[in-house]
Amino acid sequence: MPALSVQDLHVRIKDAQILRGVSWSVEHGQTLGIVGESGSGKSMTVLAATGLVGPPLAQVTGRAVLGAPHSSGRSSGGPDGPASATLPDGGGQDLLTLSPAGRRAVRGRRIGFVFQDPATSLNPILDVERQLTEGLEEHLGMTRRAARGRALELLEMVGIPDPERRLRAYPHELSGGMRQRVMIAIALSCDPDVLIADEATTALDVTIQAQIIDAVRDLQERLGTAVVWISHDLGVVGGLADEVVVLYGGQVVEQADVLTLFAQRSHPYTEGLFASRPRLGSAGGHLTTIPGSPPDPRSLPAGCVFYDRCTLRSDPRCATHRPELVPLAPGHLVRSFCATPVRDAPLDPEETA
Amino acid sequence: MTTTPRLAPEPTHGTARRRAPWVRSLVALLHHKVAVAGLVVLAVLVVCALFGEQLAPYPANAVDISRALQPPSTAHPFGTDDLGRDVMSRVILAASVSLQVSVVSVTIALVVGVLLGLVAGYFGGWPDTVVMRVADVMFAFPVMLLAIAIVAVLGPGLTTAMIAIGVVYVPIFARVTRASVLSVREEPYVRAAVSLGAHPGRVIVRHVLPNVSAPIIVQTSLSLAFAILSEAALSFLGLGVQPPAPSWGRMLFDAKAFLDQAWWMGVFPGLAVFVTVLALNLVGDALRDVLDVRKTVND
Repeated sequence: MPALSVQDLHVRIKDAQILRGVSWSVEHGQTLGIVGESGSGKSMTVLAATGLVGPPLAQVTGRAVLGAPHSSGRSSGGPDGPASATLPDGGGQDLLTLSPAGRRAVRGRRIGFVFQDPATSLNPILDVERQLTEGLEEHLGMTRRAARGRALELLEMVGIPDPERRLRAYPHELSGGMRQRVMIAIALSCDPDVLIADEATTALDVTIQAQIIDAVRDLQERLGTAVVWISHDLGVVGGLADEVVVLYGGQVVEQADVLTLFAQRSHPYTEGLFASRPRLGSAGGHLTTIPGSPPDPRSLPAGCVFYDRCTLRSDPRCATHRPELVPLAPGHLVRSFCATPVRDAPLDPEETA
Repeated sequence: MTTTPRLAPEPTHGTARRRAPWVRSLVALLHHKVAVAGLVVLAVLVVCALFGEQLAPYPANAVDISRALQPPSTAHPFGTDDLGRDVMSRVILAASVSLQVSVVSVTIALVVGVLLGLVAGYFGGWPDTVVMRVADVMFAFPVMLLAIAIVAVLGPGLTTAMIAIGVVYVPIFARVTRASVLSVREEPYVRAAVSLGAHPGRVIVRHVLPNVSAPIIVQTSLSLAFAILSEAALSFLGLGVQPPAPSWGRMLFDAKAFLDQAWWMGVFPGLAVFVTVLALNLVGDALRDVLDVRKTVND
């Protein structure tokens, strides 16, 4: 059973169709990468699935099933073993039908979040200890003392030196990379089954970005956490993800395991994302771009949503019919009339670094 | 990928200052000369309010007609009133009443107003509409007129004056709080707390309230000043503290009839009101400087 699976998720905000039937799932210990440009619905899939965006602002339909708690691979729990706490039902639960109290019990406890900007995601007037222990006290009923011990452990786990001192520090006293490590420590504090990282390294410089990615990969290996990594950066996703979902215009346009997607990318949009990455060794040249801009979610075209920007457009149905997401090969789904079964696009080792 | 479970540590930075934000604010306030002046005056007033009985040279109601309307002298530094009571003793003893009324009424306004403002600002929707429209209606009345109307309904007296002044200031606190909550509510750390599964009550108390406290603190000190003025005005009109209990407002009213014969009867209670209000305003302004996030964020 997947740790988290989203099925046929639709989101409407007023007359804008933000998401139109998005499905994906992530297994325990695996990483799902969600890529796409701004406005493609990347963040919305996780915000809507976890109820952070919902009525009355947005209408959400579909299912977001959180799997049974993962039991193996838990070696990190504190002395009194927060990891041993399990939910009574033991099975999957649909987050979209949960009560507000049920959702609060899941958020932070079974799903941890790391947001884009660590500078503003921490409360400026509370010290690190208060922010780290909040979830432990709320979800695991720890005492201040026990929570403090666990907080120290967490800071050490995410690679923060001198954790005793850092516990008493305020966010403005920490560097950006350190703040994001604190955010990750908070997200992992209750030993969640799923970690959602929404552009978690976008606001950081590349060296710190690499450290944070290593941190997440390392922790995932030890804790068996399922990770949903949202990014516009194919390079980051390529280095981290097992499975990749490419979103465009509120729909999945291509989905495959990371090697297949990189080697045999078939949707022209995925190809466009690839071509527009900055690369070493091409100094001075302009970056390739995908001409045009994403479709307006309030007035989507009658045909393929990528029609206006597509370089292929070779099929007569492109302008009039909407393509379905169909398997091109086992485990490789593409939403295009023009996708060729296999593209010969050799994997450049530098690209997945 | 390393084989050790722990990651390469972040490079350490300079020593982090470990003062809590409120300690830093207090230290900054004590470096603010104007604020210190105001605080000294307020300290004197608080001492008068607490130990008035011991400090005052005469009892408040020691009537001695033979010594009526005496000008300031060594025996009576502020002179005596038309009943021969010592004006200085009465000014000192009235401090307790004035401070009591202003503190209690502002506390009422603070608690009710902030609570309403937090709920209205955080949840929005119909609670917001109801709270803010009622506040608009109350704002439409002049403050004193509304206070007088409340006293007229409840009957004059010290308690009524406190309630009346408190109620009148509720919408001000509600509005100040709501305005700040609206901006803080959208901060990523509030959303992050929600994503951690925090109960709305916890989010409001732990994350929203402390971050909107600066304007509320400033508003509190300014409101204390206005409450002193309002109490004096109500007492002047005979709607607040009832005679013979000493009150600055009531003393001003009594002095009105003797202005041409005994200026000291009015000047000293008037000065007391003036100095108190000035001190509270100075402290309020200083707090506004000290708590201004835009100024302190980079230090």
